[in-house]
Amino acid sequence: MKAVFTRPRSLTDGATHYCPGCIHGVAHRMVAQILDEMDLADRTIGVSPVGCAVFAYDYFQCDFQQAAHGRAPAVATGIKRAVPDSFVFTYQGDGDLASIGTAEIVHAASRGEKISVVFINNAIYGMTGGQMAPTTLEGQKTTTSPAGRDLADTGNPIRMTEMLATLPGAAYLARGSCHDIKHLRATQKYLKRAFEVQERGEGFSMVEILANCPTNWGMSPVESLQWMEENLVPYYPLGEFRSPEEVE
Amino acid sequence: MYHEILIAGFGGQGVMLMGQMLAYAGMKRDLNVSWIPSYGPEQRGGTANCGVVLSTEPVGSPVVTEPSDCAVMNLPSLTKFEPAVTPSGYLYVNTSLCPDEVTRDDIKVVRVAATEEADAMGNARVANMIMLGAMMGGLEGLPFEVMEEVLPDVLPERHHGLIPVNLKALARGREIFESAE
Amino acid sequence: MSERQLQMVKGNEAVAEAAVRAGCRHFFGYPITPQNELPEYMSGRMPEVGGTFLQAESEVAAINMVYGAAGAGVRVMTSSSSPGISLKQEGISYIAGAELPCVIVNMVRGGPGLGSIQPAQSDYFQSTKGGGHGDYRMVVLGPATLQEMVDLTYEAFDIADRYRNPVMILGDGVIGQMMEPVRFPDLMDPDTLPTKEWATKGRRDREELNLINSLYLDPDACWAHNQHLARKYAEMQENEVRYEVVHGDAEYFLVAYGTTARIARRSMTDLRERGYDVGLVRPISLWPFPEKAFRDLADRARGYLAVEMSLGQMVEDVRLSVDSSVPVAFYGTAGGVMPHHADITQQMEDLIRGTGDDR
Repeated sequence: MKAVFTRPRSLTDGATHYCPGCIHGVAHRMVAQILDEMDLADRTIGVSPVGCAVFAYDYFQCDFQQAAHGRAPAVATGIKRAVPDSFVFTYQGDGDLASIGTAEIVHAASRGEKISVVFINNAIYGMTGGQMAPTTLEGQKTTTSPAGRDLADTGNPIRMTEMLATLPGAAYLARGSCHDIKHLRATQKYLKRAFEVQERGEGFSMVEILANCPTNWGMSPVESLQWMEENLVPYYPLGEFRSPEEVE
Repeated sequence: MYHEILIAGFGGQGVMLMGQMLAYAGMKRDLNVSWIPSYGPEQRGGTANCGVVLSTEPVGSPVVTEPSDCAVMNLPSLTKFEPAVTPSGYLYVNTSLCPDEVTRDDIKVVRVAATEEADAMGNARVANMIMLGAMMGGLEGLPFEVMEEVLPDVLPERHHGLIPVNLKALARGREIFESAE
Repeated sequence: MSERQLQMVKGNEAVAEAAVRAGCRHFFGYPITPQNELPEYMSGRMPEVGGTFLQAESEVAAINMVYGAAGAGVRVMTSSSSPGISLKQEGISYIAGAELPCVIVNMVRGGPGLGSIQPAQSDYFQSTKGGGHGDYRMVVLGPATLQEMVDLTYEAFDIADRYRNPVMILGDGVIGQMMEPVRFPDLMDPDTLPTKEWATKGRRDREELNLINSLYLDPDACWAHNQHLARKYAEMQENEVRYEVVHGDAEYFLVAYGTTARIARRSMTDLRERGYDVGLVRPISLWPFPEKAFRDLADRARGYLAVEMSLGQMVEDVRLSVDSSVPVAFYGTAGGVMPHHADITQQMEDLIRGTGDDR
């Protein structure tokens, strides 16, 4: 008999606190599967953000540090410098990484810090109740942009991956999406490449993953996936933005 | 004994080194010593000074505001620090660069044409050592020979060839002090 | 041994070398006057001993790098001066909450705001009463000489490890910039230090997973964590009090720490030469504050004069430590101006005369 579905060893047993239909659980699973495949978990230290994924330490079977809001790349830098033979990844949302933590992410990338960043972009603050994020789209309604995001007032949504792609220290940068199976598979491939880049000591790596937030978007999970495809993906193009092969 | 020493001049005259050498000398003769530079934007403006305390008592503030022994290597320093010298304290003036006369009569003034003397010795850069040699005349507890031990400590090894010329300059300063007394 | 010879060293470099001697091999910092010689020294010294020096993008990043490295079990230090220490407060609160050992150096300058770059002691409240959010404490040590700063820095790493808590060396612009003769302790090999079983270095062969965390969402769990911290802080108060009393048989006492204590000591000498019965209480640990020093003097002390380079911060702890019937006067200068010993002497004379003592 062939098992078609098993829990990755790098995930703990038990339910997560995430809302029904939220993609965080899927993203956790993708990360864990690669930790399994590459046999990394026993020398991995994960860094959890402030935001919905704050409890990520409860879900991964590896050592973890919980970081202050936006500071995960700095914390990861300290860990990696202290234990150079470890595998270090941060798991951050868009408020954490693209708003309060912009300095830390830019400089970790610029230094070519040998860490991997999993960046979940769902264009909204989830944990605090659906406020506008730096990645919120034009016209998107949030609890702090009730009439829809007005670009004249709040500026344009930030494309972090493209921004970091200007930095030579960023060895691997890709953006994937979770709105369907095909894109999930591509995203998983990106994650693996990002982790391999760290393992080979080639520099900083990050995978941005477009994700949903059915609760704060006010949609059913299915509607949210469709909204992602129709709205997020066109503004945030998918693919690899930088890879060591491309640099060579 | 509690000497509060202030040495002032412009950047490049070696006033920081003068102060450090006095502090090293005191350390080698078991005195309590401290050295502190003026720091911050003022050091960018071209003037620099440092404070040194040499004492048989524990050193209080290392910052010297009322020097008992003060050396001024240029005119702005003379203008600034002449009023600060404690009554009956020593003021050592580099007359080569200070055309103005000292106006106070309650302090001991030692005039040292340090820059001209250094030129006469064929090395303009030892003006600070000439001044330092003069200053040592007024500091009891610091025998002149201690500088033979200090110079190898404060000069980088590649400059150790310059120790004899520095000692000669120090000795010239000492002579000037003695002839002024 | 030549290692133990007296050397003339600048304060900022002395702290740095003391940290290296104590087995610190990781330093994260950001430039700010008047402590720049410290990171500059580390940038040259760390590579010599196989350590890490990293100039962070900000003080905020630097303290969070300290968090990460401390959580990974290594001896780690950061340094800054007042405005930069304000930026580090978020990280310090997290470090205290997650119970991570590290040493933080503050070469205090005049404030508030950008203030001045000259010496001050106006970060006493920030250092000893919290600074960041939440009920936390850290051991704060205020050295008065470079030798004491070297010895306390060396010890600070042990204290930090013992309690899994941040320790602060509270200096000022003068102590950072001055040179004094110093003897350094021997160089410690960090590999000989006890293993930190709680550290996150990757699970390796460990049975349990390790977690560095300050989040306790359930208020009862957070309360229990706070109670645990409180027990730890009580232990520090029991064991980590440090102070010096000079002329403990005197009637009147100057109270001062750090650079100011050096100046006050000179005033004490002047006053005693003039026949006044004056001693000095010099707190070395500012938290825990040496209340015991004042309890022990309660029978004889007729008055105290607290002197600080601030508008009056430590004086509050002095007042909490003495009987309310004994006068506690204050004299201070702030913003980067240092008190003059003659002014302190005058203030003490006024205090003694004011309490009806004729001489």
